[in-house]
Amino acid sequence: MSDQDTAIGAPAKRKEDRRFLTGEGRYTDDIDLHGQVYAYFLRSPHAHARINGIDTSEAMNAPGVLAIFTGEDLAADGVGGLPCGWEITDVNGEPMKEPPHPPLAQGKVRYVGDHVAVVIAESYYQAKDAAELVDVDYDMLDAVVSPADALEPGKPLVHDDIPNNQCYVWELGDRGAVDDAFDKAAHVTRLDLVNNRLIPNALEPRAAVANYSKGEDQYTLYTTSQNPHVIRLLMSAFVLNLPEHKVRVVAPDVGGGFGSKIFHYAEEAVLTWASRKVGRPIKWTAERVESFLSDAHGRDHVTHAELALDENGKFLAMRVDTKANMGAYLSTFASSVPTILYATLLAGQYTTPAIHCQVTAAFTNTSPVDAYRGAGRPEATYVVERLVSAAGREMGLDQAEIRRRNFIPKDAFPYQTPVALNYDVGDYDATLTEAMKVADVDGFDARRQEALRRGRYRGLGYSTYIEACGLAPSNIAGALGARAGLYEAGEIRLHPTGKVTVFTGSHSHGQGHETTFAQIVSDRLGLPFDDVEVVHGDTDRIAFGMGTYGSRSLAVGGSALMKALDKVIDKSRKIAAHMLEASEADIEYADGVFKVAGTDKSITTAEIAFSAYVPHNYPLEELEPGLDESAFYDPTNFTYPAGSHICEVEVDPETGKVQVVNFTAVDDFGNVINPMIVEGQVHGGLAQGIGQALLEGCVYDPESGQLVTGTYMDYTMPRADDLPSFKVGTKNTPCTHNPLGVKGCGEAGAIGSPPAVIDAIIDALAPLGVTNLDMPATPARVWEAINKAGATRAA
Amino acid sequence: MEQAMSTTIKVNGREHTVDVDPDTPLLWVLRDELRLTGTKYGCGIARCGACTVHLDGKPTRSCVLPVQSVSGREVTTIEGLGGREAKAVQNAWSGMDVPQCGYCQSGQVMSAVGLLSDNPEPTDADIDRAMDGNVCRCATYARIRAAIHQAAADMEG
Repeated sequence: MSDQDTAIGAPAKRKEDRRFLTGEGRYTDDIDLHGQVYAYFLRSPHAHARINGIDTSEAMNAPGVLAIFTGEDLAADGVGGLPCGWEITDVNGEPMKEPPHPPLAQGKVRYVGDHVAVVIAESYYQAKDAAELVDVDYDMLDAVVSPADALEPGKPLVHDDIPNNQCYVWELGDRGAVDDAFDKAAHVTRLDLVNNRLIPNALEPRAAVANYSKGEDQYTLYTTSQNPHVIRLLMSAFVLNLPEHKVRVVAPDVGGGFGSKIFHYAEEAVLTWASRKVGRPIKWTAERVESFLSDAHGRDHVTHAELALDENGKFLAMRVDTKANMGAYLSTFASSVPTILYATLLAGQYTTPAIHCQVTAAFTNTSPVDAYRGAGRPEATYVVERLVSAAGREMGLDQAEIRRRNFIPKDAFPYQTPVALNYDVGDYDATLTEAMKVADVDGFDARRQEALRRGRYRGLGYSTYIEACGLAPSNIAGALGARAGLYEAGEIRLHPTGKVTVFTGSHSHGQGHETTFAQIVSDRLGLPFDDVEVVHGDTDRIAFGMGTYGSRSLAVGGSALMKALDKVIDKSRKIAAHMLEASEADIEYADGVFKVAGTDKSITTAEIAFSAYVPHNYPLEELEPGLDESAFYDPTNFTYPAGSHICEVEVDPETGKVQVVNFTAVDDFGNVINPMIVEGQVHGGLAQGIGQALLEGCVYDPESGQLVTGTYMDYTMPRADDLPSFKVGTKNTPCTHNPLGVKGCGEAGAIGSPPAVIDAIIDALAPLGVTNLDMPATPARVWEAINKAGATRAA
Repeated sequence: MEQAMSTTIKVNGREHTVDVDPDTPLLWVLRDELRLTGTKYGCGIARCGACTVHLDGKPTRSCVLPVQSVSGREVTTIEGLGGREAKAVQNAWSGMDVPQCGYCQSGQVMSAVGLLSDNPEPTDADIDRAMDGNVCRCATYARIRAAIHQAAADMEG
């Protein structure tokens, strides 16, 4: 039992950790079902090829093989394609091009790792061995891997009927107003930017176990998902045409998602379908190489951006043209990431009056690209902050000063941006001022001089970012093309013993909901933290849910719980009035005690719970027994976490090696329920952002379309010795439109940090003439930039 | 699939006889045969550390370790971990909220306990060296560093 402080705002220790520290966590691959057999997915070795035929006869005779299915088998059984959940409307008014996405390839394979067939056998090794005997007759085709290439005329077509591989051209903002402002500008900053493609690499590979129970005519799918209800919805309604109530999806402990486990993947549908065909439970766990090849990747934008300023460094307008890679097919939320979640954030923290953004989305012969920690918002922040920092350097303005001249002032909220969002609240100067203090900006010059004496170059980089979280008001999302609602559901069940089970549609895969949500419920009901258990991740136990992404769990899922708690307290008040023989209006509630005002007559939540289930002295004529309330919450606006990141780097000019010597993040997350968990989330986001800036980069060979970075030998993951100890803090302004006043913190680190790192390096190397640098800033790339700048200056 | 053979291994102080191909990595014997699922698969090429167990007390990657090579040696998994260092590590981990998704943490704990058994007062550099084979995508590294120092202090106290 704990005697720790677990109130809202206290750093309660995580309930989850006991099982994680003793090997008792229960992840999907830890689950075995009686009689289970194993699946191996035969994947395309080619980036682009026509399938002339698949001969499975030899493989079918291999030991242990029970079945082999191909795309033709699925089609013959009426299995549909994997759906995209967001329809973007092209500038010409047409819907985006939405090619079929069969769970197993039909006619063509379109990326290395595309699913060709599934082999089901008594053991995994038998399935894998047999897959080698499947004879696929391919006609290889030329491949295209980069969005800029793919959109050029005459390039190979990923989908034969989609000209120029163009999924859509989409725009936001007033192009005329932007053009006018550029005409009047005293200065224009122009940048060509690459937002490097990333491979999510949750450490738990994707896995699934599916079972069809003939007796109950019921399907069960255990899967590594951030949103089991969404998987149930998509798989039932779009792919397998099953009645939703006959499908149970369970996402038990999930070993990291970072976006990559939002999406409905082919393996989930194929396993569920095949478990009925084979009559046995079927298990599949990705090998790491399959994670590299077939998890949806992130980012992959190429952008030209321009910022117009007046002579005082005031931003007049921004113009952005982005080419975004969709990969070979549209993954679940792919189309919304470089549009709705990107262009709407281009105002950043600034009063830029006119903004125009055009996005062209391209199909390529690569793995699908979709949301990865931050999803569109890191890409937007990278554009805005790189532009602002470059403008500051070009105009000779201090980096803090150019930002302060353009911040939306704290008394200007609610603030309508020119790119659709309405910010509710914020104080951007407060986080910047605090971050500069924590980062000891005043002492930087001395540190720079000291480093120079050692032959090292030091630099400071700033990023004052904003994000839109708490997805999302369903009506707004719907108007923008979302094909689902984006509310959340929750249920609070008090037991006769006074213990509580909390059911939430949010899913925890590292965020610590079992702790944070328990703090909220325990605090509101005045019941011990240890007596509150949070249940998530099972569509049979939780009525409904939309899951966890976009830093939405607390803002949306937590708000649903608050609504349910209000119902519990309202009903308890009625029960208390009856039991205390007082009028309901005279009942005061605080800290788990219902009291008749002005008397010492009182009753506790636990006593009321008992009475609700043993209603001997109970207002049965007006109230039902029981104390179990559920609620749905649909937000009225997005939330807008924001903050200031300051990165200090030291560069060795001889080797190009960059060391992050200090990283400061001061964020505004609104109210904080558990500061310890929040800080951990910030650490994680920063590491992924610094990883993107310095280490990580997904590379496909432009000729063959082969994935070059397909193992941990080739793709650099941030490790213990790559990261500094972070200095993190908060300066919070509570969200104005949700009952907890919270904004969300899961993605902030990954959104804010990349431009701070890159601009710190550019700042360090500015004396050598370096003005631009692409991510990842590997030693080779930095060394090359130094030498190129030197050569240019010498010339 | 090669021929299955009977191999006897000692895990967490108990002997087990398993019928598997002697080249089978220890990881899969632990998970699939002995149902000790606390040890995790991450990459299969000893580059992520999720599968770390102790072999005669030393952190070892079980995903590339043929089961035949551990015959006659002591294998300890997260489920069988005990002793002063383990207790200090698990307490520090819990007290400092180290885990997030938890998946890599068995491996992290095994590596940390191995480090402290060898070196009860590690520096930051010692920690980074000992732990840099353990990937954590949630990036709990800063807290791991702090928690190892905490565990070291607790062991002394």
